[in-house]
Amino acid sequence: MAQAQEMRSPIESGCPDGFQYMHPVMRRNFGMWDHHDHPAPGVLYHESETGEGIWTVRAGTQRILDVFTLRTLCDIGDQYGDGYVRFTTRSNIEYMVDSEAKVEPLVKALEDAGFVVGGTQNSVTMISHTQGWLHCDIPGTDASGVVKAMMDELIDEFRNTNMPNRVHMTTSCCQINCGGQGDIAINVQHTKPPKINHDLVANVCERPSVVARCPVAAIRPAVVNGKPSLEVDEQKCMCCGACFPPCPPMQINDAEHTKLSIWVGGNHSNARGKPTFQKLVASGIPNNPPRWPEATAIVKRILRTYQEDGRDWERINDWIERIGWPEFFNKTGLPFTRYHVDNWRGSRNSLNASAHIRQ
Amino acid sequence: MAKNHHPTPMLDELENGPWPSFISGIKNLRDRHPDDRIQGMSNDLLGQLEHSYETRKGYWKGGTVSVFGYGSGIIPRFSEVGHAFPSSKEFHTVRVQPPAGNFYTTDILRQLADSWEKYGSGLVTFHGQTGNAMFIGVDTDNTQAFFDEINEYGFDLGGAGPCVRTGMSCVGAARCEQSCANEQRIHRTLLNRFTDDVHRPSLPYKFKFKVSGCPNDCVNAIERSDFAVIGTWRDEMKIDQDKVREFIQEKGRAEVIDNVTTRCPTGCMTLHDDDTLEVEDKDCVRCMHCLNVMHTALSPGDERGVTILLGGKRTLKIGDLMGTVIVPFMKLDTDEDYAQLTELAENIIDFWAENGLEHERCGEMIERIGLMNFLKELGIPADPNMVNHPRQSSYVRLDGFDEAAEEQLRRRMEQREQAAAGQ
Repeated sequence: MAQAQEMRSPIESGCPDGFQYMHPVMRRNFGMWDHHDHPAPGVLYHESETGEGIWTVRAGTQRILDVFTLRTLCDIGDQYGDGYVRFTTRSNIEYMVDSEAKVEPLVKALEDAGFVVGGTQNSVTMISHTQGWLHCDIPGTDASGVVKAMMDELIDEFRNTNMPNRVHMTTSCCQINCGGQGDIAINVQHTKPPKINHDLVANVCERPSVVARCPVAAIRPAVVNGKPSLEVDEQKCMCCGACFPPCPPMQINDAEHTKLSIWVGGNHSNARGKPTFQKLVASGIPNNPPRWPEATAIVKRILRTYQEDGRDWERINDWIERIGWPEFFNKTGLPFTRYHVDNWRGSRNSLNASAHIRQ
Repeated sequence: MAKNHHPTPMLDELENGPWPSFISGIKNLRDRHPDDRIQGMSNDLLGQLEHSYETRKGYWKGGTVSVFGYGSGIIPRFSEVGHAFPSSKEFHTVRVQPPAGNFYTTDILRQLADSWEKYGSGLVTFHGQTGNAMFIGVDTDNTQAFFDEINEYGFDLGGAGPCVRTGMSCVGAARCEQSCANEQRIHRTLLNRFTDDVHRPSLPYKFKFKVSGCPNDCVNAIERSDFAVIGTWRDEMKIDQDKVREFIQEKGRAEVIDNVTTRCPTGCMTLHDDDTLEVEDKDCVRCMHCLNVMHTALSPGDERGVTILLGGKRTLKIGDLMGTVIVPFMKLDTDEDYAQLTELAENIIDFWAENGLEHERCGEMIERIGLMNFLKELGIPADPNMVNHPRQSSYVRLDGFDEAAEEQLRRRMEQREQAAAGQ
């Protein structure tokens, strides 16, 4: 314990006060904003009841920032901005400035340095994503790499506002879905039960916890090759991978059988309808590093159909609600299979119990 | 190239294309950083990542790493292929709570970068999906030193494991006319009440607070937090009829009809022949759509407060859940109001800590025991705003019904009397 006594006790300060880092115009006008304008993609103007205004320039980055890039972002903020920034929910950086004259040079400096100004209003904004192979302990795929490869192809949609409404995309590298709900989500989907290393289970896994973790009660204790282990009822198993985090010898990730699924229509906003969950539209997509072209092709096909067919203010879920799911599959050319019919708890509510058919 | 770099043919492909490349960033650390430690760490990180790309497998394992006094806040990562990539064999993430609203000055970002460079890999993300600033890649020995340094100038660790997690709040009243709440105060009041539960995991599973200033819910609070606080209002929406006319002059009547009145989920808006807009406020559900479209003409009312929803979470284990309404409206003006908010959160967390199963989110517990039983145990009166519609199954035991009905009628009378006295 002698060593422990030398340790520094933490200052349990918790969440820092945001006001100390806020642009003075924002501090002065806190709670007094009157309206906003969208002068150009990636640029916002907010005006207060006092008549004071603030301009915001939003830019996409690689999100996994090295200190050089972080300092470049700071240099731009000091030279062309007022030294005040924030990050959006989708990890875009925002520079706040107190004069319109600063906007154009700031936009130019960001673009010249390789960042991408946009991500506002009816754009396809930055894909919110998870850690993937770079840092997660259970990933089926990479996250930053998938996003980089996709954003390379969606960059024009980030820079412009050509969609019927905003498009929020997400990715998740396992079926826990840390990426959350999105208008379009690209998520890992395992298709085979875990492969168990029975030599390691007894020493590595707390077996009752692993049994309890399974959503479909497919795991039971067993003695295999004379060693206490776990076995999986492969008829019951729906390959979600929930057992893998508490029991790494139950390897769920597979170079061939770990696939990607695409989901659409998740919407966190309460505008118009209530918030919605995303729905499965495509699966069996190969997990194909380094650029995942098959997944990107489907995403682009969905986006193009939505762009052509969606009406003003319709998010993807609103659009599909108007045209109907048959027409969605028809227009995107994606196959509808029996696997698209939900059989999880509460699924009966997702069946059509009516004669409402768009004939 | 004097040094022996791992070949990365697959990752090199991610340096092509117009979007900024994180691979180029890591290579810059490898090739240009003055510190040999960071160079080596970056090289081996790239080597392991390339190995993942080749084999389509992850090679990080968890473990136990913490800082003195805390049991949470560090995501330990040990490499399973550390023999081949020794310089990044320990590569933990330090989760740091950002300022509410994610505001930073360039000065404080530089200060964080300087500290991180001294001890860590030089890689950082603003922010992870929970809302932490994530300092990615530090070995076990340097974890404490990095924390000590940033802790001295005002930063503290976030949560990891079965504990209260780092919160998130939208830009809110700092820059948005739709905000109906003081997100800064709500966020910090809630989170900093539970600092002990952030740092010392002792709950059934994670518990997340998120705060959005209006029902547009820009931080996805309903969908992805256990305790969602959403700003709203209960008096009349404010309409500037001159601005309505300006809007029509600029965009046409069809725009208002097609994109405002007919998109209203309750059909509570009428556009009159003289181009004035009328709203039946009693029917308005505060969805925000019309305010989003006509934000110069329409604004939230003055009597503002919050709606609280409970139990949002992602897929594991019973499937995705949205949060559901537990408090339809609560005023948040006075210190007493805030004390009430904190007390509600305390009661909910206490009850869940007692009754939640291991690894069971609050929403899953409510699903298991039923909202009606949860309300009873917490002494929260049932409210029709909590449901889409009343029960449709008769398979329920109702021998306590009369008592509950009487109590509800008594409460309704009291509320009316209070309202009358207030006027």
